[in-house]
Amino acid sequence: MIFYVGAFILIAVGLYAIIIKKNLVKIIIGLDLISSGTNLLIVSIGYVKGGTAPIFSHPGILPQMMVDPVPQALTLTAIVIGASELALAAAFVAILYKHYGTLDIRKVRGLKW
Amino acid sequence: MIRKITYTIFLSIIVATLILFFVAFPFGKNKMGVGKYYLNNDIKQTGAANVVTAVTLDYRGLDTLGEVTVLFAAAAGVSILFYLIDQDKKKRERQVYPNFIVRVGSRIIFPFILLFGSYIFIHGHLTPGGGFQGGSIIASGFLLLYLAYPGERVNRKKLAVTEGLAGLTFVVFGAIGIFTGAHSFLFNFFPKGTLNMLFSAGILPILYIAIGFKVGSEFAGIIDDMMCQTVCGGEK
Repeated sequence: MIFYVGAFILIAVGLYAIIIKKNLVKIIIGLDLISSGTNLLIVSIGYVKGGTAPIFSHPGILPQMMVDPVPQALTLTAIVIGASELALAAAFVAILYKHYGTLDIRKVRGLKW
Repeated sequence: MIRKITYTIFLSIIVATLILFFVAFPFGKNKMGVGKYYLNNDIKQTGAANVVTAVTLDYRGLDTLGEVTVLFAAAAGVSILFYLIDQDKKKRERQVYPNFIVRVGSRIIFPFILLFGSYIFIHGHLTPGGGFQGGSIIASGFLLLYLAYPGERVNRKKLAVTEGLAGLTFVVFGAIGIFTGAHSFLFNFFPKGTLNMLFSAGILPILYIAIGFKVGSEFAGIIDDMMCQTVCGGEK
């Protein structure tokens, strides 16, 4: 249960950073927090009470004792995608900073609505 | 005003989703669908001790190929963006150099980081590790070198060759599966071996080694692009 709460707190903090903050670097940090919260949420959905990791590491571990492997495999994918997405976003921020000379999103023309 | 209304609607949608989610997915309950099939048939069908690896590389191997492609696209995007802003600006030389302990210590510790990363991706089908984690560890070793020796660069050509060969290995071993056995892409055509041995699980260790090299070289390329904005001299 604590994992659900922690995941939602992470997602909420990330959303707050994206919506309220005006600094582009903080917005990227918010994106990463949302991605971490989502990963935690997906893994904790797959948790089975009293289950072990889905690895047949020694004889005597039966498939009935394991947690769901599919969310963990999905999260493995999502972590790497999140890291590369973060790098691309940082590159965008760098090019915006070179172009506009500021990190304030209010001063970046063409993004305001 | 309209912004506040939009935010309120947005937040209320999120809260409603959360409440529905809590009702639909209680914590700790067994909700396995296809996961049960994977757990029961993993040893017989793939021979990998780590079921997560079996799902990632065998049952959903095509997804992993797509994921590696996304990673490549992101690395290429970072490279292109930094190339665009690189053209008009002369590189600044960094004045502060790291001290003696960092320089010598990084030189001692770098081979061990490479060894640890290789260990993790070679044993991906036995332990909770794999190509992505091992590749990231190797790239972090390169990051340590960049921090310790500003002004030096890795050879980008060799990185690109490593990355291409690793991707080619993945695709070739997948394509061999089309011509053998079940006539499907990424078919596990090697003998399965005994459970929990290093040489087991057919082609899964080979695929994970390829992914390890690919992820390591791609992340090293991203680190090189980012560090060279301020720190490193030298030409590409």
